[in-house]
Amino acid sequence: MKKAIVSVVVGVTLGVAATAASAGTLDDVKAKGFIQCGVNPGLPGFSNPDDKGNWTGIDVDVCRAVAAAVFGDTTKVKFTPLSAKERFTALQTGEIDMLSRNSTWTMSRDTSLGLNFTGITYYDGQGFMVRKSLGVTSALELSGASVCTQTGTTTELNIADFFRSNNMPYEIVAFEKNDEVVQAYDAGRCDVHSTDASGLHAERLKLTNPGDHVILPEIISKEPLGPVVRQGDDGWFNVVKWTLFAMVNAEELGVTSKNVDEMKASENPEIKRLLGTEGAFGEGIALGNDWAYNIVKMVGNYGEIFDANVGPDTPLGISRGLNALWKNGGLQYAPPVR
Amino acid sequence: MAGARTAEEAAKKVAWINDPRIRGLAYQIVLIAIIVLLGYEFIHNAALNLEKQNIASGFGFLKNTSGFAIVQTLIDYSEESSYGRVFFVGLLNTILVAVIGIVLATVIGFVVGIARLSNNWVISRVATVYVELVRNIPLLLQLFFWYFAVLRSLPNPRQSLEISGSVFLNNRGFFLPKPVFGEGAGLIGIALIVAIVATVAIRFWAHRRQDRTGRIFPVFWTGVGLLVGLPLVAFLVAGMPVTLDYSVLKGFNFVGGLRVIPEFVGLVLALSIYTATFIAEIVRAGILAVSHGQTEASYSLGLRPGPTLRLVVIPQAMRVIIPPLTSQYLNLTKNSSLAVAIAYPDLVSVFAGTVLNQTGQAVEVLLITMLVYLGLSLVTSLFMNWYNARMALVER
Amino acid sequence: MTDRSIAFVRTEYVEKLPAPKTTIGPVAWMREHLFSSIPNAILTFLGLYIIYLVVPPVIEFALVNAVWTGEGRDACLGSEGACWAYVGAYFEQFIYGRYPDAERWRVDLVFSAGALGLVPMLMPTVPFKRANAIFLLGVYPVAAFVLLTGGHVDLNGFLLPDALMAPSTLKFWVDYGIVAAVLAGGAAFLTAQAGADIRNTVRVVLGIFAILGLAIFFAGFDFGLERVETDVWGGLLVTLVVAITGIVASLPLGIVLALGRRSKLPAVRLMSVIFIEAWRGVPLITVLFMSSVMLPLFLPEGVTFDKLLRALIGVALFSSAYMAENVRGGLQAIPKGQYEGAQALGLTYWQMMGLIVLPQALKLVIPGIVNTFISLFKDTTLVLIIGLFDLLGQIQSSFTDPTWATPYTSHTGYLFAAMVFWAFCFSMSRYSIFMERRLDTGHKR
Repeated sequence: MKKAIVSVVVGVTLGVAATAASAGTLDDVKAKGFIQCGVNPGLPGFSNPDDKGNWTGIDVDVCRAVAAAVFGDTTKVKFTPLSAKERFTALQTGEIDMLSRNSTWTMSRDTSLGLNFTGITYYDGQGFMVRKSLGVTSALELSGASVCTQTGTTTELNIADFFRSNNMPYEIVAFEKNDEVVQAYDAGRCDVHSTDASGLHAERLKLTNPGDHVILPEIISKEPLGPVVRQGDDGWFNVVKWTLFAMVNAEELGVTSKNVDEMKASENPEIKRLLGTEGAFGEGIALGNDWAYNIVKMVGNYGEIFDANVGPDTPLGISRGLNALWKNGGLQYAPPVR
Repeated sequence: MAGARTAEEAAKKVAWINDPRIRGLAYQIVLIAIIVLLGYEFIHNAALNLEKQNIASGFGFLKNTSGFAIVQTLIDYSEESSYGRVFFVGLLNTILVAVIGIVLATVIGFVVGIARLSNNWVISRVATVYVELVRNIPLLLQLFFWYFAVLRSLPNPRQSLEISGSVFLNNRGFFLPKPVFGEGAGLIGIALIVAIVATVAIRFWAHRRQDRTGRIFPVFWTGVGLLVGLPLVAFLVAGMPVTLDYSVLKGFNFVGGLRVIPEFVGLVLALSIYTATFIAEIVRAGILAVSHGQTEASYSLGLRPGPTLRLVVIPQAMRVIIPPLTSQYLNLTKNSSLAVAIAYPDLVSVFAGTVLNQTGQAVEVLLITMLVYLGLSLVTSLFMNWYNARMALVER
Repeated sequence: MTDRSIAFVRTEYVEKLPAPKTTIGPVAWMREHLFSSIPNAILTFLGLYIIYLVVPPVIEFALVNAVWTGEGRDACLGSEGACWAYVGAYFEQFIYGRYPDAERWRVDLVFSAGALGLVPMLMPTVPFKRANAIFLLGVYPVAAFVLLTGGHVDLNGFLLPDALMAPSTLKFWVDYGIVAAVLAGGAAFLTAQAGADIRNTVRVVLGIFAILGLAIFFAGFDFGLERVETDVWGGLLVTLVVAITGIVASLPLGIVLALGRRSKLPAVRLMSVIFIEAWRGVPLITVLFMSSVMLPLFLPEGVTFDKLLRALIGVALFSSAYMAENVRGGLQAIPKGQYEGAQALGLTYWQMMGLIVLPQALKLVIPGIVNTFISLFKDTTLVLIIGLFDLLGQIQSSFTDPTWATPYTSHTGYLFAAMVFWAFCFSMSRYSIFMERRLDTGHKR
């Protein structure tokens, strides 16, 4: 009855379909035929719309990879741009199916917000950008500086921790939107612009004279960024988690979007299991056995999306660093498909 | 046809459903039932959703440590303070911006409103263009303009504009010397209070005397003399206990002194310049509503234009002006919440922004925020209603 | 008598002397309007100085130094003026947002149909007002909804338990029929109790349901249009949709609230006052936060609203409070004799309001409604704070595009936004003044 009342209201206002809750997000997603994915409204390299309205970036590609795994079609994903403030509520209330919006994995978010982080797509850390003309070479020389940053993020808290632990006075100016942070820094409101190091590289491009600014070597925090899903829905959690793992495994095994068809004939049992020519690992996550094949074929392996979006050949020019495979001295490591 | 029927009989014949009292009662019961049902539905759902998503609820979070810094605080605050403290910091910042914005908007609004009626062609045109231009552009856009465009044109701290090493202006704000009150400074305060009381008393006495004898006493200048002179004398008598704390460039920024942050300046400018256009229109309408005969009568009594405006026109215009002026004040207070766009730490920005984000307790935080604005609105309108009642035409 | 000439009376007029040099011509005009006294002269120079301070730099930035054509940031990097080339490149996105290219004709159609319906409506002298109003308030919203979203809304019923009948379009109509029948039956019972004619009541209730059903039917009908989710809407489209839907939806609610506030029933009056004052007392931005962050928590699990729709609900509720105050002003302006006359004729409350009072009152408040609409139109910019892309939001989001990032990109974008908003708001305020003058004549003695 209770549902009926609201549904009448809903039905009368605009005739909006009220989708009844069912057992799991995966079933819901399959039923409606697309994935609703929450992304950043504009962060070059992670999720950024161009003047044609096409989304590009690592976070966006993760959403597409999940769509590839579930539907075998990367277009079956819809992006919802979300502010830092809205992102978790949107996920909690079921407005989106997954959140892939450069969100830092922290304990409180993982435990008390009703969320689950599915893995780490990008190992980031908070850094500082300053004007070259200040002659600063280390973050420890920033005593008394004004710092511009974005509100509602972990950055704001890290700055407080960093300056306090080093006994340096400081002033923080926290903006609602990232774009305003950049504008204010560019206008000279602050000495320092602080956010995740990847973001600093992206935002330096937006400044009047990018060459006049340097990014300081210190990284003051751990910022593991990854996709988020709702707590208590293990089926969907596994799908998103293993989508990430599949991309990392594919890179490790040398499977790329270009050679994936040849690789299908590979004799390597690990590749065979990954691409579904041996075993039935797709069943475990209620998908077809070609789930990982589709991801690699349609989106690419982890290394490919990294290079295409933020890698050294892009305007951002970020090297792999911590995000290299474990074999190459990085932290990207995925459990085997077995 | 009902000639034989008495009223009593007729009343009995009326069906219960046509009885206005029963009908009214039924309507009200239905309305209340619907509202109660909806309210229950919402609360029940919210509780269920929160529980299911494992989100904390209740107001316990107000005691937790905030962990972040705020750029402008009127009361003591540090990263170790609680969220409850953050609330008060934000509230005070909101009130500060609203009060200063209201004063400034009123001044600009009155000046421009009168300027629009000026005989001077250039002035009235400039005022008209200002009003028509500014009030038709969204406030948020103007806020961005004032903050970013003006900020960009100011120098950095090392090249700040300064007046004799005591007042500095740069893109970090406006720096003034801050008076530090030493021992014996209380005397100055006492002198100020005495001066205020004396001025009020003189005004009262001068009024009575003017009513009795018609002679005018220069209350304004006497008042100014008292208000400036007495504290000055006290200052000298007490042995000059007040020293000034100057701002000094140290490292990146100025340290010490009194500082007005650019966010505050941008917000106050945008709010008062925008709201002033509406006040100007209200003032103009109010003045036009005063019959021309009043002005003519005043001139024929020998009053000059200045006193005519001050003593005859404005007091009558005020009656037309005050009610819409109240709603403009309320608008300004509510619009101050746009601070969130330019990082001024007002209530919405730090409390409904950062705190909401860190705790995730949207319901509690937004409820408190909305209640506070409701309270501020009520206080403002109560005050203005009282003022309105005082200014209203006293009828015999 | 009459033919006697009077020697000392002139028979013809003296030729008019020209007015003294000091009172005519530009010099005199300047003397009177610019330099009548020393303070006045100072004010004149002050005014000229302000003009000098403001106008030349703006012209220099917007016209003289501006870059009009070019591809990418390099075209604009060297200049000290506006980068109109960037606005040109992004123009389509500023109007449509990310609405799919192939479907933009639908938006154009909605815009032009709206203009075609609205312009004659706004001109008091054009006839066929009733037909026009039916088109604008009845046909147009449904058509616009279908065109913009693609229609074909899923209807799967809401009343009967799923076990009895699987959710389907048919089930929706069965449910709808049941609700209509129950309400009509209830109304008929009450009418019968009152001893009046049943048929009329039933006809009215069923008629309302039929019209509503027709609208729902068209919204649910598959016209073969591709569905366009509101996520990709943006720019001027969102600004107009939010503002217009907000104002149209708030009008009926505002009328009901205004009547409620003047009602004689204490509970109704109290509820109306609380509702109106609560909405008027809080900033729109908290209302939007609430609708975007809090509203989803209030709904039963699994029921979600579209993000745009949530904002629309917030905006409509917010502006209905302002609308109610407008309408109340109109109601108060209607002389008491009108109410008494209607009552003396034996009209019921709703007949009195619907036939006598509201038609007069609503005409009076047209300027007020337009003014509310202007402020709502400006306030739609706030939806960017909750992450919807209205015109300003779309412009702001384009600043992050590295291909166009120059120091003056943001200035240019803001200037463009200011010009668009100003053009809309200024013309509406002129219209409101025009209506005010027109309506004034009837009530001035």
